[in-house]
Amino acid sequence: MARVVVDVMLKPEILDPQGQAVQRALPRLGFEGISDVRQGKRFELEVDGPLDEAALARIHEMAETFLANTVIEDFVVKVEEAEAVKVES
Amino acid sequence: MTLDTVKHATETPDVEQPWAELGLKRDEYERIREILGRRPTGAELAMYSVMWSEHCSYKSSKVHLKQFGEKAPENDALLVGIGENAGVVDVGQGYAVTFKVESHNHPSYIEPYQGAATGVGGIVRDILAMGARPVAVMDPLRFGAADHPDTKRVLPGVVAGIGGYGNCLGLPNIGGEVVFDDCYQGNPLVNALCVGVMKHEDIHLAKASGAGNKVILYGARTGGDGIGGVSVLASETFESTGPAKRPAVQVGDPFQEKLLIECTLEIFKENLVAGIQDLGGAGLSCATSELASAGSGGMRVELDTVPLRDATLSPEEILMSESQERMCAIVEPDKVDRFLEICEKWDVIATVIGEVTDGDRLEIYWHGEQIVDVPPRTVAHEGPVYHRPYARPEWQDALQADDANKLPRPASGAELKEQVLKIVASPNQASKAWITDQYDRFVQGNTVLAQPEDSGMIRIDADTNLGVAVATDGNGRYAKLDPYAGAQLALAEAYRNVATTGAKPLAVSDCLNFGSPEDPAVMWQFAEATRGLADACQTLGTPVTGGNVSLYNQTGETAIHPTPVVAVLGVIDDVTRRTPVAFKEEGQLLYLLGDTKEEFGGSAWSQVVHGHLGGLPPAVDLERERLLAEILISASRDGMIDAAHDLSDGGLIQAVVESCLRGGTGARLVVPDGLDAFTFLFSESAGRAVVAVPRSEEVRFNDMCGARGLPVTRIGVIDGDAIDVQGEFALSLAELRTAHEETIPALLA
Repeated sequence: MARVVVDVMLKPEILDPQGQAVQRALPRLGFEGISDVRQGKRFELEVDGPLDEAALARIHEMAETFLANTVIEDFVVKVEEAEAVKVES
Repeated sequence: MTLDTVKHATETPDVEQPWAELGLKRDEYERIREILGRRPTGAELAMYSVMWSEHCSYKSSKVHLKQFGEKAPENDALLVGIGENAGVVDVGQGYAVTFKVESHNHPSYIEPYQGAATGVGGIVRDILAMGARPVAVMDPLRFGAADHPDTKRVLPGVVAGIGGYGNCLGLPNIGGEVVFDDCYQGNPLVNALCVGVMKHEDIHLAKASGAGNKVILYGARTGGDGIGGVSVLASETFESTGPAKRPAVQVGDPFQEKLLIECTLEIFKENLVAGIQDLGGAGLSCATSELASAGSGGMRVELDTVPLRDATLSPEEILMSESQERMCAIVEPDKVDRFLEICEKWDVIATVIGEVTDGDRLEIYWHGEQIVDVPPRTVAHEGPVYHRPYARPEWQDALQADDANKLPRPASGAELKEQVLKIVASPNQASKAWITDQYDRFVQGNTVLAQPEDSGMIRIDADTNLGVAVATDGNGRYAKLDPYAGAQLALAEAYRNVATTGAKPLAVSDCLNFGSPEDPAVMWQFAEATRGLADACQTLGTPVTGGNVSLYNQTGETAIHPTPVVAVLGVIDDVTRRTPVAFKEEGQLLYLLGDTKEEFGGSAWSQVVHGHLGGLPPAVDLERERLLAEILISASRDGMIDAAHDLSDGGLIQAVVESCLRGGTGARLVVPDGLDAFTFLFSESAGRAVVAVPRSEEVRFNDMCGARGLPVTRIGVIDGDAIDVQGEFALSLAELRTAHEETIPALLA
């Protein structure tokens, strides 16, 4: 069984109110030196069966249509293994 | 990348510019060159292109909208009329109320949640900019067929977006509409209304005057969101440096907006602003040019002082950005420190970005170099005006000739019963509780009435119980059959809805949703609808105070039904006197007010039972509407009625079913002499309402109607736990409730 990770981030130009809230809170808590925070989502998918091209293509489709809202978000699909295959969206 | 300064533009007159990609026509581009006496700089071209767009300039609709001013009835209550951010109405006791309805149709189709959320945010800032505290919102919504898969994508997102943003602001959502029709497939209509309250002396206007006064931008940082045409500009004119593609979608931050509201109200309280404008469509381009244009004309802005979220933004992009939650204020120099102090207290970023000058040019600088030098009126108020050709479409006659009154009617009581069940369960007539329950309707504790009442009602003074009521209505089917009458029927229904709850209608705001103005048939619909609405507002004495036009709601050659959505605002001296829709007390008498005729064109019955749209919409009688309203208001004030419901789509039976389900009681109905059961139950004749009269008030109520000449017919009594149309059929409340309440969750939950 393989694990595939899908990282979803708001596109760089899209406002991230949550990230901003975290960024504003940091100095109040004594953590200086952070000029910007962007917050995203991480999905860890346990894949049944072999992790071949077809399976990755399915995951890519899944990410594009469901896990990420591609109108405002980007995503990256990563296979969690020693020799990670990185597929950019 | 060289900066396209004014100097550079003068020296390089022949540079090709992407005016067409920015949506300008050749003659419009030529006119810009003529105004400036040179080619525009990139920044100027960006400003003109966005401000001269249909959305900002109203270039196709302006010639027709003029009627709202020309035909405006005398109305002492109107404090600020059309042309400002929103109109303001005097509601007595020193209070003024401002309200406006706007569209956010296209963004809500692309990204339903954020599109609808930022629609709420935008209208709230409009109201705030007038000096008022926003107190309630409403959302008239229209989607494609209820069972279409795309409706399941768009509707839940829109509803969640409205709820999410409004609930975070702590604003009750007190009403609106949800309508389904195939014609809105691919072009959903997401209109948003906001109501705000202030004292007379707090009214603020959008103008920049007084040389030396500072221009302050405050609220969120400016980012690369909502930039439409500028991506074209950036990639066509210059070597691309910044992010290549900017999305047209904006993401809202309601908590930032909440801070902006409280911060702005405190600034108003200390009387620190000379002029104020919210930033919405066209962002800083719009705010700076409109403020300067409405004032004395001169303004100088240092664009590099604008706080950015993304340091790579070009000056064009900063001017065009539609980042949310921003406002622009004109402040006298000695008040700037206090202004900034209040902003800091609320954690709102505020920056002096320029000042009012004694010239008549809007000048914008970037790192010390001049990139904009324009007469602001030419950008903001003197854009192109089109007299677009319009013509009655050739299919209109055939549509009107396809008479709905000739459709096969139910032949028996059993068939009537079956059709009643079918209609009350149809998506348009079914309960919308699944949707409105997702909104906070009662936050702040001043909500008197909310959906599913006839209008939303808010108490604005806790000591005197003064309140305002607002209803929004629109019927695209009626307007398709006859745009002139359809617009009047929308007004009549909203007017009636306000009066039914006991409030006196005062003023109108409208959101005119149509197809492409380049189609003469659509333009004819628009011309007819505006003429109809202006005429009716004149007759009813309720001026249009502002609103918005949304064109190009069409896919390919197919336009949506012409859909003028009309909001009416009314005032009620004592909200404890309001009239709800619920039939509660057994034994109370039911009266039908008004005349019932065989009018089925565009009706819910013709749609649900026959899938038909044809014939003529119900006749409009505005004098009757006014009389009916007077009776309903008097009856409410004097305690003669305990419940009332206006009659509109679905006819009498729809109203009775809603009132019975709301009150948890049944009703016995008798078909009056001279009417057949079918017409009695399903006709959609306008100018009618059903009321519940306590027996003790029967004589007084009848006398009042008789004396004023309003036809009144006793049609039954509140009784039992079924709706029993005597001699025809009976339907138990349980059966009706299932039919009425399970449709929407089954389709969308």
